[in-house]
Amino acid sequence: MGENGEETFQPYDAKVFAGPAMRRKRDVPDGLWMRCPECEVMLYRKVVTENMEVCPECGHHFRVGAGARIGQLTDPESFEELFTDILPADPLKFRWAGKSYAQRIRKEQEKTGNTEAVLTGIAYIKGRRIALGVMDGDFLMGSMGSVLGEKITLLIEKATKEKLPLVIVCMSGGARMHEGALSLMQMSKTSAALARFDEAGGLYVSVLADPTTGGTTASFAMLADVTLAEPGALIGFAGQRVIANTIKEELPEGFQRAEFLLEHGFVDRVVPRSELRSEIARLIDYLVR
Amino acid sequence: MAKTNNNGEAGFQLPFERPIVRLQRHISELESDQVEQGRDYSSEIRQLRSQYVSLLRKTYQNLTPWETVQVARHPSRPLVQDYIDRIVKNFVELHGDRCFGDDKAIIAGLGQIGTERVMIVAQQKGRDTKEKITRNFGMAHPEGYRKSLRLMKSAEKFSLPVVTLIDTAGAYPGVGSEQRGVAEAIAQSMFRMSRLRTPVLCVVIGEGGSGGAIGIGVGDRVAIMEYAYYSVISPEGCASILWRTGDNAPEAAAAMKLTARDLKSLDVVDEIVPEPLGGAHRNVTEAAGNLERYIVRALRELKRVPLDNLLEHRYARWRRMGKVAVASQDTPQPQHAEQ
Ligand SMILES: [Zn+2]
Repeated sequence: MGENGEETFQPYDAKVFAGPAMRRKRDVPDGLWMRCPECEVMLYRKVVTENMEVCPECGHHFRVGAGARIGQLTDPESFEELFTDILPADPLKFRWAGKSYAQRIRKEQEKTGNTEAVLTGIAYIKGRRIALGVMDGDFLMGSMGSVLGEKITLLIEKATKEKLPLVIVCMSGGARMHEGALSLMQMSKTSAALARFDEAGGLYVSVLADPTTGGTTASFAMLADVTLAEPGALIGFAGQRVIANTIKEELPEGFQRAEFLLEHGFVDRVVPRSELRSEIARLIDYLVR
Repeated sequence: MAKTNNNGEAGFQLPFERPIVRLQRHISELESDQVEQGRDYSSEIRQLRSQYVSLLRKTYQNLTPWETVQVARHPSRPLVQDYIDRIVKNFVELHGDRCFGDDKAIIAGLGQIGTERVMIVAQQKGRDTKEKITRNFGMAHPEGYRKSLRLMKSAEKFSLPVVTLIDTAGAYPGVGSEQRGVAEAIAQSMFRMSRLRTPVLCVVIGEGGSGGAIGIGVGDRVAIMEYAYYSVISPEGCASILWRTGDNAPEAAAAMKLTARDLKSLDVVDEIVPEPLGGAHRNVTEAAGNLERYIVRALRELKRVPLDNLLEHRYARWRRMGKVAVASQDTPQPQHAEQ
């Protein structure tokens, strides 16, 4: 096996999924101090974390893992995780260049402490009960395979049955190659579940975090009643490198950023992380009877 | 020569087809010698023809996944227009998404297949250079998906079944495409197709390229032609990410299990529409006949199902997609990392 313990996921798949933006996280070294890639100010790491992983100088939004996100968004200790029995399989026995998907999955599990690229459950936001899904961009790029599709679908079905508002925080490099067409089919599966939720009158708020791309964007991320996005988040369908190679031109300034989507009519609001909680609570109060 | 037309022989040949083409050429030479020299080669020709048939059969029964992808992209492979010309009577094309424009990568309109009046939505790549450019190589912009959805809603209103024919490398990765929300257009299309109150039948006839394909691919039944493929990403794209070079596309094609037979065993497709010996490009008429028979039969079956049941079954079909492990007491839970 060509697998060596040193190989890390981040620099590996990053460039193809979403261009330079994907590598942003690597600018943040582990340690006491970190440099903001936006304003280049040296920051005390603890201060950034206390500020919800947002640069106190310029407001640059760093990426947050699923666990930290749930802590930021929900009432303390209110998250009750569901569908933990749904675990990844290796349906294609996928192998490449001496590596195996099964091994990769184990490594991602050890790295993130999560079983897959999404956490699903019931939580409270300022006392309001919701069905919550939070994607974990650290887990194999937050890519969508069978487990992610299944857990999101189970969550939507639970929200439909119990008439709960549904909130999904999206953060994804797209559909997962290692499960082939099964990953692609999760786009339709989740969309079909959302269509029934919609018919039942459910409220769905999606939060698009950096990055939301590929098959995730082209399915449940874009099917909400209200679509919120974090400032500066990369949101799109095709990867920037793929587009640049196709059109053989420079991409426009700010292309596929949250503000660009707001300008072109594909998100409702760009909301700073610190305000997400109260924004979502307010939307629930307006739209849920 | 077993039923051939000009499509198979013309110009382009795939590497693994070379011995077949050589044999074909040999046969035609003997045939013309026979005429010119007035000599009788009929027994040699008969023998070579049977060799040709068995070589064709052997080659096509043992295609690798990558060879299958090449057949699906064969320049002479019938495109949706070829099928529409052969199996759709009185086709009335309808244009435009009522928002931005008319995407010519998707042909849509009214027509009759067998005795069924239907709404057809089909991805057309284009045959010659000029048409390819007009059709944008079958890579739709968001307006293609919006046109398609508009007409599917029309079909629902007027109780016509929807038939989609899928053949695309993918949705177009461009600036305008992103600006006008291709992701939203695809998502919206799948979302609405899953609830259309009319039968929906989808057939992948060539390339089923990722989101661009599934954007018109949510139906009661999904079929695939024998040498078509359906994949989450192109083999080249997958190879360039995982192997770091597109040269490993053959390995990527094998790893992703993208052939009709693999997809059937993964329950991604419901049925495989057989192709003529040596692929659809060797006998378009026969391929079209097979496709027509499948569509007619499937529509007849779907039309018998009451609409409420149809929608329940459709949901159940899509609900089953994917393969996961379910933890039991015996399944060890992954160790949580120390934080
Ligand atoms: Zn900063």
